Amino acid sequence: MARPADVVPTPAAPEPRDTTGASAAPPQRTMPRGTTWLDERMGLAKIGKAGLRKVFPDHWSFLLGEIALYSFIVLLITGIFLTIWFRPSMAEIEYTGTYELMRGRHVSEAFASALDISFDVRGGLLVRQIHHWAALLFVAAITAHMLRVFFTGAFRKPREINWLIGVGLMATSLIAGFSGYSLPDDLLSGTGLRFVDGLIRSIPVVGTWLEFFVFGGQFPGELLISRLYMVHILLVPAVILGLISAHLALVVYHKHTQFPGPGRTEANVVGYPLFPVYMAKAGGFFFIVFGALILMAATMSINQVWLYGPYNPAAVTAGSQPDWYMGWLEGALRLIPPGWESHWGNTTWTWSVFLPGVGLMGLLFTVLALWPFVEAKLLGDTSEHHLLDRPRNAPTRTALGVAGMTCYGMFWLNGANDIIATQFNVSLNAVTMSIRVLVFVMPVIAFFVTKRICLSLQRADRERVLHGSESGVLVRDPAGGYAEGHAPISQGEAFTLTQHKQYEPLEASETEDEHGVRRRDPNAVSGFTARMSRWFVGDDVRKPTAAELEEAHHHEDASDDDMPRQLV
Amino acid sequence: MSSTEHNSLAPVEDGTRLPVANPGLGEHVERYTDADPAAARRAYLQVLTLFGLVPVLAIAFVVVYFAVPQHLWVPLLGTQWPLNSLLLGLTGGLAVLFIGLGAVHWARQLMSDHEMVEQRHPASSDTATREAFAEKVHAGVMDAGVSRRGMLLGSLGGALGILAVPALVSLADMGPWPTAAVRRETIEKTLWTEGEVVVNDVNARPLRPEDLEIGQLVNAEPASLFDLHGVDYMTEKAKSPLIVVRMDPNRIQIPESRRDWQVGGILAYSKICTHVGCPITLWEQQTHHVLCPCHQSTFDLGNSGVVVFGPAARSLPQLPLRVNADGYLVAQSDFTVPVGPSFFERDSHNDYVEGDQ
Ligand code: HEM
Ligand code: FES
Repeated sequence: MARPADVVPTPAAPEPRDTTGASAAPPQRTMPRGTTWLDERMGLAKIGKAGLRKVFPDHWSFLLGEIALYSFIVLLITGIFLTIWFRPSMAEIEYTGTYELMRGRHVSEAFASALDISFDVRGGLLVRQIHHWAALLFVAAITAHMLRVFFTGAFRKPREINWLIGVGLMATSLIAGFSGYSLPDDLLSGTGLRFVDGLIRSIPVVGTWLEFFVFGGQFPGELLISRLYMVHILLVPAVILGLISAHLALVVYHKHTQFPGPGRTEANVVGYPLFPVYMAKAGGFFFIVFGALILMAATMSINQVWLYGPYNPAAVTAGSQPDWYMGWLEGALRLIPPGWESHWGNTTWTWSVFLPGVGLMGLLFTVLALWPFVEAKLLGDTSEHHLLDRPRNAPTRTALGVAGMTCYGMFWLNGANDIIATQFNVSLNAVTMSIRVLVFVMPVIAFFVTKRICLSLQRADRERVLHGSESGVLVRDPAGGYAEGHAPISQGEAFTLTQHKQYEPLEASETEDEHGVRRRDPNAVSGFTARMSRWFVGDDVRKPTAAELEEAHHHEDASDDDMPRQLV
Repeated sequence: MSSTEHNSLAPVEDGTRLPVANPGLGEHVERYTDADPAAARRAYLQVLTLFGLVPVLAIAFVVVYFAVPQHLWVPLLGTQWPLNSLLLGLTGGLAVLFIGLGAVHWARQLMSDHEMVEQRHPASSDTATREAFAEKVHAGVMDAGVSRRGMLLGSLGGALGILAVPALVSLADMGPWPTAAVRRETIEKTLWTEGEVVVNDVNARPLRPEDLEIGQLVNAEPASLFDLHGVDYMTEKAKSPLIVVRMDPNRIQIPESRRDWQVGGILAYSKICTHVGCPITLWEQQTHHVLCPCHQSTFDLGNSGVVVFGPAARSLPQLPLRVNADGYLVAQSDFTVPVGPSFFERDSHNDYVEGDQ
């Protein structure tokens, strides 16, 4: 049964297993029933011929994007259910539902309908909770997915546009989450909106105008919830759907990247066919994600708005926390020392809100969007990449990524500074002041530590390729010395460890020609780029060259002769 | 990029990049289910069981939906659970999960697991396609006549661009324009006026100085707030709340200009944080500090509300108080500066800063 799948990797050689299903002597098959009708109307056979047996590579980290996709679908399904009852109105009514503790209180229609869904619609509470858990998972999965794309270099040519689409998805997903969080008009969501009001106001010159336009006047006004509702159920989902379609279309067009390994090349993709394997695996995985979300919603209560009560601008619950993905901004705001505000003439420039709020978010998305282009420039690299990087083989990139995550983590930690202070019984001010320092120091430490680790791993790889794996057997030589025998590693492993591209730092190009005239060369490398390039790849451990390998093997063969043969 | 480069994904087989040759795919390793018919049969039965449980769970879901009363909360593991919701979730969740587990198990154990290889093509087109494309573009451009009548494209672009103006202008009614006059009536104004009675925010009872002991803090509102409803009520409630606090006059600093803003050590401050506007809640009697729970800005009420910690940049606005003929605390005027978070047009020169007289 088992047939060795000894595929020759060069494109020129014929494929032993043909993916299109049209092998040398194709058996005569007739179209499956029902498909002819469709084929006559939309060319189904052509589409199926090209797509049905499309190959996808397998790796657990490729599931992260799928989790994002599936939690988005769960959000759409559960969201439709919620819209059947939710009333996006800030009009004041008397609550008359079945939740005793609120009965008779004046609340907004939005809040009352959130209670109705929770207590008076069968299954409503469950669906509300699935929706909220799915939202949290959605953003978490996108973030993890983005990190995997970053650390494996999957954003490199030709996938830069897909990375940019991804950055757009990240931004819209945050808006989706935040606009949804605000809809029930409970105490937490109102407090979140107050924060947004302050954030918008802080924008220099146009802030007050934006505030009045967004809220329809002063905070909170009576229009915001119905406006956010439009954003949450129409605008943002439409944008996300459009972006996801483009995103996946590009994944199909580029074909998914793969990790390096025997038989994998830049020019092929090795894996399993869409039909039937990935239909079952990916389709099944949708149900696993959905099922897990339902079980979480059933057993882990989330966003119990009835406990918080309706929004009241003069009250706030202790220890109120935003959803996790807003925590870092909250932490950044908390980090600012007093007095970051300029009063010029009759104007107020409130840096203390603008910089950590609007500025930091802008910075994050700008850096993310530019990164693929910056990296390609520093490497002088214009080739296509379909084999993923092992993170260690891009030490500076990996270190930068970990530094960025550490910085984010410090902000996020400060979003929980009150909890840290009470849990560990330390002064809140001390926690905040320490993090003010750590937010700068820790990323630097993280950078150097990560870079060192990557370089050591590269060095270990190099050793392993040159001298084999440590066999754990000590051998005594005739002169009485001891040495550990090394077992050579397989060619497959040696290939995996050495297939990556070795980058040389760019050299600055001459800026003037022999007549002293400035050159106008679009491909010229400036001194700055050259220095950055050296910083970026200058420390990379060189992988063994063919000559070094030859030499090492030679050496081993030679030494084998004067070593006592092992008695096995 | 040179024209020869774009139709190959070549560097792969290049000798310097690859010191070790690609050995090709390894031997296919059989799974238990490939080698042992009994194992395969077991996997088959497992998949069938998973799929077979789904209708059972689906029926259970329907039974729970109709049979379990919705308002039944049951204690379990120390908390209260909404029984209907819990059981719907367990039955529905497992049903959905089993479909997924069954399908994945089928794919992993029973479907062929031979790796297949597909060739990639570079994202770019080959030279011939590019030439053909360039040809079509050229033909189109010629047909359109834009190269001969040079103004066509420019004027079309201008015409399209100018449409942004009406599009944006049509949004100008999204809210009132915050002109100086509008600001004075909205974000720069609260309900407080000369003689406005200070009332407790819970029971709306007017406050007398005797009601407050030293060290006590009361949340208060203007009496007229309780005449308002709906959006007006909410809007004013976002601006007018007070914290009224009585401190020992000998233990606090009262600047000359604010001598007569207080009544025997009773001072009133805006409850709305000057950072982004959360209501300030946590009062520490010993230090006279209040802390905003949102981002922990800390204000010293014993020193005209200056910021002692946290991101807020301006002191808490103080409301001038007096006692009226009936012996109740009332305001002398509105706040002297706008309350709440900063905005661009705010004239922040009148806020109290440490050292002011
Ligand atoms: C709504 C959010 C998103 C969804 C539903 C989504 C979905 C997916 C899926 C299903 C894949 C293929 C499987 C995989 O590689 O994981 C993929 C690939 C990819 N995604 Fe996303 N993604 C999202 C957000 C992002 C973000 C935020 C980024 C980066 C900023 C990004 C960048 C990429 C790239 C570059 C690829 C190609 C990866 C490769 O071929 O190795 N995506 N995405
Ligand atoms: S709103 Fe008070 S500290 Fe931010």
